[in-house]
Amino acid sequence: MSKEFIISAYTENHIGLLNRITIVFTRRKVNIESLTVSESAISGVSKFTIVVKAEEEKVRKIVQQIEKLVEVLKAFYHSNEEMIYQEIALYKVPTEALTKSNQIETLVREHNARILEITKDYTVIEKTGHKEETQALFEGLNQFGVLQFIRSGRVAITRSPIEKLSVFLEMRDAQLASLESSEETEELEYSV
Amino acid sequence: MEQTTRKVTGAEAVIMSLLEEKVDTIFGYPGGAIMPVYDALYDYQNQVKHVLTRHEQGAIHAAQGYARVSGKVGVCFATSGPGATNLVTGLTDAMMDSTPLVCITGQVGSPLLGTDAFQEADVIGLTMPATKWNYQVTSVDEIPWAIAQAFYIASSGRPGPVVLDISKDAQFNEIDFKYEKCNKVRSYVPEYKVNDEKVSEAAKLIDSAKKPLLLFGQGVILSGAEKELKQLVEKTGVPAAWTLLGLSALPTSHPLNVGMLGMHGNYGPNIKTNECDVLIAVGMRFDDRVTGDVSNYAKQAKVIHVEIDPAEIDKIVPAEVALLGDAKKVLKKLLKKVTPNSHEEWLGEFKSCYEKEAEKVIDKDLFPTKEKLTMGEVVRRVGEQTNGDAILVTDVGQHQMIASRYFQLNKSRSLVTSGGLGTMGFGLPAALGAKVGQPDRDVVVFMGDGGFQMTMQELGCIAQYNLGVKMVILNNNFLGMVRQWQQLFFDKRYSFTEMQNPDFVALAKSFGISAQKVSERDNLDKVVQEMVEHDGPYLLEVVVEKEDNVFPMVPAGASVSNILLEP
Repeated sequence: MSKEFIISAYTENHIGLLNRITIVFTRRKVNIESLTVSESAISGVSKFTIVVKAEEEKVRKIVQQIEKLVEVLKAFYHSNEEMIYQEIALYKVPTEALTKSNQIETLVREHNARILEITKDYTVIEKTGHKEETQALFEGLNQFGVLQFIRSGRVAITRSPIEKLSVFLEMRDAQLASLESSEETEELEYSV
Repeated sequence: MEQTTRKVTGAEAVIMSLLEEKVDTIFGYPGGAIMPVYDALYDYQNQVKHVLTRHEQGAIHAAQGYARVSGKVGVCFATSGPGATNLVTGLTDAMMDSTPLVCITGQVGSPLLGTDAFQEADVIGLTMPATKWNYQVTSVDEIPWAIAQAFYIASSGRPGPVVLDISKDAQFNEIDFKYEKCNKVRSYVPEYKVNDEKVSEAAKLIDSAKKPLLLFGQGVILSGAEKELKQLVEKTGVPAAWTLLGLSALPTSHPLNVGMLGMHGNYGPNIKTNECDVLIAVGMRFDDRVTGDVSNYAKQAKVIHVEIDPAEIDKIVPAEVALLGDAKKVLKKLLKKVTPNSHEEWLGEFKSCYEKEAEKVIDKDLFPTKEKLTMGEVVRRVGEQTNGDAILVTDVGQHQMIASRYFQLNKSRSLVTSGGLGTMGFGLPAALGAKVGQPDRDVVVFMGDGGFQMTMQELGCIAQYNLGVKMVILNNNFLGMVRQWQQLFFDKRYSFTEMQNPDFVALAKSFGISAQKVSERDNLDKVVQEMVEHDGPYLLEVVVEKEDNVFPMVPAGASVSNILLEP
């Protein structure tokens, strides 16, 4: 059954990583619903947050393939329920509509939105939330004619208390170190 | 670590870096954007051999052949634009078949990138899905680092091809050359440490199995686990079957070697896959040509999957016990844990299957009584005359399956074939590369008349370097495998599969290569002997039955249980 999943990939901040990652989706004909890339808490490491609608089995295999890429440190996937996530939306409405009645003000209050800028001609409103929420405000404001509208990709964090990557990196360094030491002991075995 | 402080050009740094990686052979084709590298190579001819093929595709397939038989990284040069795009088939092939390659392509000067300059192509973009890693070098300082990382990535973990695209200005500029080998990349885990608990679980499963079956793939060869594999099957008495690329990891004559898996594999291993209770898959990836219909594949069996690449675990067949790690290290540990056992009765079932297959298929293939020659008898005779010690190279199609089924191989790293991608035209250039990689061994390549004509210009390369490759064209004047499918599944509508061929003997002779044609059984032994004993390259055209089919066959989409012994 197709469902929305959030894929998080931690990668080196190298040229072409976006292309490498999207190729994994393109090859399997899976559409990306939303995509956000920015520097993570670890300097030099980028975090990709990718929203897809697909069967879990397919998502699991996509994550395996992403993680296989040489410049990807780690990739995870989660269902929406397992993560806290937000999107940001900006709306531009004619200032005239704002001054004519208090309906826009009410909408802004009701939706917990805020006004970023007011000029003689237009007003820019900002709202963060889930897609349904930013969409609801859009529909409300559009009664007065939205001049411009933009919605960001999703950002998301897990409900677990720590960032998984740092734990993972520690585990992996230990793995690699033990791999090296096991090779050494093996050599010792031979030389005895 | 060697410290050199000589100022050199980027081009010379490329060659010096390759020497640091102990590269002895480069396959390639020069052109505008890689000319500085070729100019630098001119001064190093006594330290590294360069083989000039007749096409970049030939160069990369040759590098693959070289890598597969030698276990070293194959190295390939090509120029920008068309030179680089001609590598794409070979890269995809090497990616599918886990062949370590480092391909260096010239690129237009960095100020011209993205301007549609002459012979500019987006090589990084084009090769991204076909490489394990690729990188564009636009600054001379990056050359030693990039080459070191390329060799490390290509050869470690599950091997694969790497492309380095080096702009012309990076080749011309100068650096103080200093080389450091790479042994770690932060974001890359080549292999995982073997989990001892999982090894114990697997050993328990193997010990308790009544009808165990082991499947081995190229992973055994890539990790050098041939000895451990042999010891494991001998200790546990488990019958072992091979994937196409696993061929030669265990001698074909070994009493526990029960034959080939898959669409045109042996009857026993296919049928018994759906009867075994424990399936031990070592270094193989359950290709659809092996599994047939996955929903009816080994459902009754508990699967142990020994695999270096985590992305292969549960990709096709879910594993009861997934043993992540290098095959050699896993098998070594497993070997200590399993108890000695034998499965004579179960093994006997494979023998009865073989007898059935021999009666219906093998005897007719190998010892035909009909007038026209069969591919099988040619393969058998060449195999006999080379005593199982030759390297077998094939192209793709009917002859590939026949050669893999019937050629006897005693040594590992003795099969070079395009398994995953099924690249027609692979055979001839791969064979020349194999001969360069193992000059003291006999190299025999079987090709169909179709595949040979895809890369036959490499006869020029074979002649130029006098590479003693023995070339056998099994000529049925058809694209035989496609014709077989047309006969069986498309009502004999032979849509564009019949070929009008050149005079192959005259063609070979025009390159100065000795050649002969044979179409009668009486002469076959004699000409095969002449070919094998001939000093230098030799082409033998064998006219075979036009409409022979390869059997057994698991029809596409059918279960391995439904393997057919006849149409």
